[in-house]
Amino acid sequence: MNFDYNEEQQLLAASVKRFIDKDYTFEARRKIVGSSEGYSNAIWSTFAEIGLLGLPFSPDVGGYGGGAVDLMSVMEAIGEALIVEPYLSTVGLGAQFVARAGTHARQQAILPLVCGGKLKMAFAHTENGARYKLAHVSTRAKTTSAGYTISGEKRIVVHAPSADQLIVSARTSGGDTDPEGISVFAVDARAAGVSMAVYRTIDELRAADVTLNDVHVPADALLGEEAHGLALIEEVIDYATALLCAEAVGAIKYANDATLEYLKTRKQFGVAIGSFQALQHRMVDMVISGEQAKSMAGLACAKVDVATDPVERKRIVSAAKIKIADACRHVAQEAIQLHGGMGMSDELKISHTFRRLTMIAQQFGDADHHLERFAKTS
Amino acid sequence: MNRLLWCTMDLNYSKEELAFRDEVSGWLADNLPADLRDKVARYAHLSRDDLLRWHQILAARGWIAPSWPQEWGGTGWNVVQRYIFDEACGYAGAPPLVPFGLLMCAPVLLKFGTEAQKQRFLPRIYRGEEFWCQGYSEPGSGSDLASLSTRAVQQGDHYVVNGQKTWTTLAHMADWIFCLVRTEARTERKQDGISFLLVDMKSPGITVRPLILMDGGHEVNEVFFDDVSVPVENLVHDEGKGWTVAKYLLGHERMNTARIGASQRELEKLTAFAAQQLHDGKPLTEDTRFRDKLSRVEVELMALSITNLRFLDQLREGRAPGAEVSMLKIKGTEIQQALAELMMQAVGPLAQPFSPVDGSVDFDDFTASLAPRYCNFRKTSIYAGSNEIQRNIIAKMALGL
Ligand SMILES: Cc1cc2nc3c(=O)[nH]c(=O)nc-3n(C[C@H](O)[C@H](O)[C@H](O)COP(=O)(O)OP(=O)(O)OC[C@H]3O[C@@H](n4cnc5c(N)ncnc54)[C@H](O)[C@@H]3O)c2cc1C
Repeated sequence: MNFDYNEEQQLLAASVKRFIDKDYTFEARRKIVGSSEGYSNAIWSTFAEIGLLGLPFSPDVGGYGGGAVDLMSVMEAIGEALIVEPYLSTVGLGAQFVARAGTHARQQAILPLVCGGKLKMAFAHTENGARYKLAHVSTRAKTTSAGYTISGEKRIVVHAPSADQLIVSARTSGGDTDPEGISVFAVDARAAGVSMAVYRTIDELRAADVTLNDVHVPADALLGEEAHGLALIEEVIDYATALLCAEAVGAIKYANDATLEYLKTRKQFGVAIGSFQALQHRMVDMVISGEQAKSMAGLACAKVDVATDPVERKRIVSAAKIKIADACRHVAQEAIQLHGGMGMSDELKISHTFRRLTMIAQQFGDADHHLERFAKTS
Repeated sequence: MNRLLWCTMDLNYSKEELAFRDEVSGWLADNLPADLRDKVARYAHLSRDDLLRWHQILAARGWIAPSWPQEWGGTGWNVVQRYIFDEACGYAGAPPLVPFGLLMCAPVLLKFGTEAQKQRFLPRIYRGEEFWCQGYSEPGSGSDLASLSTRAVQQGDHYVVNGQKTWTTLAHMADWIFCLVRTEARTERKQDGISFLLVDMKSPGITVRPLILMDGGHEVNEVFFDDVSVPVENLVHDEGKGWTVAKYLLGHERMNTARIGASQRELEKLTAFAAQQLHDGKPLTEDTRFRDKLSRVEVELMALSITNLRFLDQLREGRAPGAEVSMLKIKGTEIQQALAELMMQAVGPLAQPFSPVDGSVDFDDFTASLAPRYCNFRKTSIYAGSNEIQRNIIAKMALGL
């Protein structure tokens, strides 16, 4: 049993920390969020330079062949610093479809660009009425002589505005919620027929509702087997969920560190408010939530690489997401409360961490959704 | 259940009280402007004009200040009627009444003000001609209000005020601010040497700076005082007796602090809204996990509303409320927060969008208001005496701990 990061992982964590201290202070982030693009290309290039973008991909496409556990420290840093660049969307979602189900030719065409910071991605899947149900896909892909034409509407595609390529789920057969009949396609984000209504999200990312109107893609845009895409989608979403859990651990760490610091420095009634036992116990419970979250994130990351049995993977990822969702709510709410009025202010980072934690609790399924899946999977 | 105990208390309103409730609800149905009701229902921003328009409609009916003495425009209603009225307004979805003039400054003037102060300020508060804000909190003095350090030094016929207030709700709309200031620097007890001053927001030397909250909204401000001159006739009660005034105001707090009516309306809205959201192709209200949460808030609200009535019943004889108000504040805000959270959770992944980048897109403002509203409602357990401070009050006042 070894829960510590190995030497390589520690070196990576250290270089990420150096980068954040230098280039991703809260003030720097505020400028990035306020910019017209809402993310920074320069930061993205730095990600490529320090090797973050190639971490999970195989060396023959320019990567480092790391497992999800190797990405944990990066995700934690992303959570702690509230990084808004499309890392999870690209490395944890979009490119995973290619790495896991793309033809050799497509992998060679796409993944080196991803590793080099030249191609960003997003996963266009959620639709109106789907809630968290992955099999709900009404977007259609019709077979043509040259490939497929895709039509439909996707909601809340996080990081779609910055994406060069979208991974799109579409139905080649079956009814709107059938598990069978879903296929996965790689679509050029600038292809004719793709349009986006772009917005900011409450957690300060950029997202879009994406309309696909008779978008033509070649036959080899299909990733994996036609009509059997759901298992692939579940596998990739579970992978991304495990990484998201690690991101949550970082955000929770920030919330706990900041709150503890506040309890020690904020004085009322002539003493530090941390001297009130009522608040000490609250802080202790937050720390316990954080520790439990960290354990479960680690467990989930250890089970989402390709070889894991899907039943075990689903149960563990759902278990992790339940604990993480609860911890996100608990720690976020308490952090604001213990900061008093200051916690409500946009000026302090803690209120931004609150917003991100609130959304992480729901992203890829809230606690209720995962309780249901946990109970049903055996 | 102990039948004897319950026999002593009628859990229903009397016939007269029911008739009164119907009268109020009927009037609200006819007189609450549809556009205001709609704004409240959409969780839209209410402007100063919106707030004042509703104020003036109530003032014209004679119902804007029920708790004031009748000679100043009060209605003579008892506590139960006042409660029925407040909750009926909340339930109807009326805009909130800004409390700073009506429910804070006015009761203070009625109790401690000079005749001239009453004549000068009360009619304008009643008619909604002057908008007030509350200058208590300072950067270093929140829960520990008595440690405040904004200074007022008397020079002839006026005070010179220097210092800073913060979190001042609606200061950017206000004509007047009532402040706690320190008129004596070194006193044995920090509660001594504090005075209650009325300050014209147009006075030279006042600067109002917006504080943006995490939902992106501007409702609170920092207010800076730089050699602000305040006539001595704007001192309320004796110099150095401001803490007595502040304590009176806390003890005088109204019994609608639980906001049962508004929460009842929100609960109905949430139930209807959740029924429109799909979960596995069925209404979300059929999902047992979500339904259980809904039922739990409903039961909480039921318990709180009966608790509130029980407390009211005890106050009919005119006793000042004590720890009851703190209990109602804690439970009332927890329910408001739970309702706001469930509204957000009801839309699942659709809660994430916040604001369109290109104003022209077809953007669902209502759904996009749910997560910010959840964020904003975290304030309710912090302001008006944080829920921790309320628990301290109960522990000390009611339990003798
Ligand atoms: C949206 C909003 C609007 C407001 N509007 C106004 C206004 O119009 N006018 C005005 O004057 N003020 C206003 N306030 C200020 C409000 O009254 C204060 O925020 C509140 O009193 C808490 O003070 P603080 O923010 O300084 O927190 P602190 O007092 O620093 O408290 C920080 C944390 O410590 C806890 N704590 C403090 N002391 C104790 C203790 N003894 N035991 C246990 N826990 C303790 C608190 O509960 C809180 O969780 C507003 C605040 C907000 C957020």
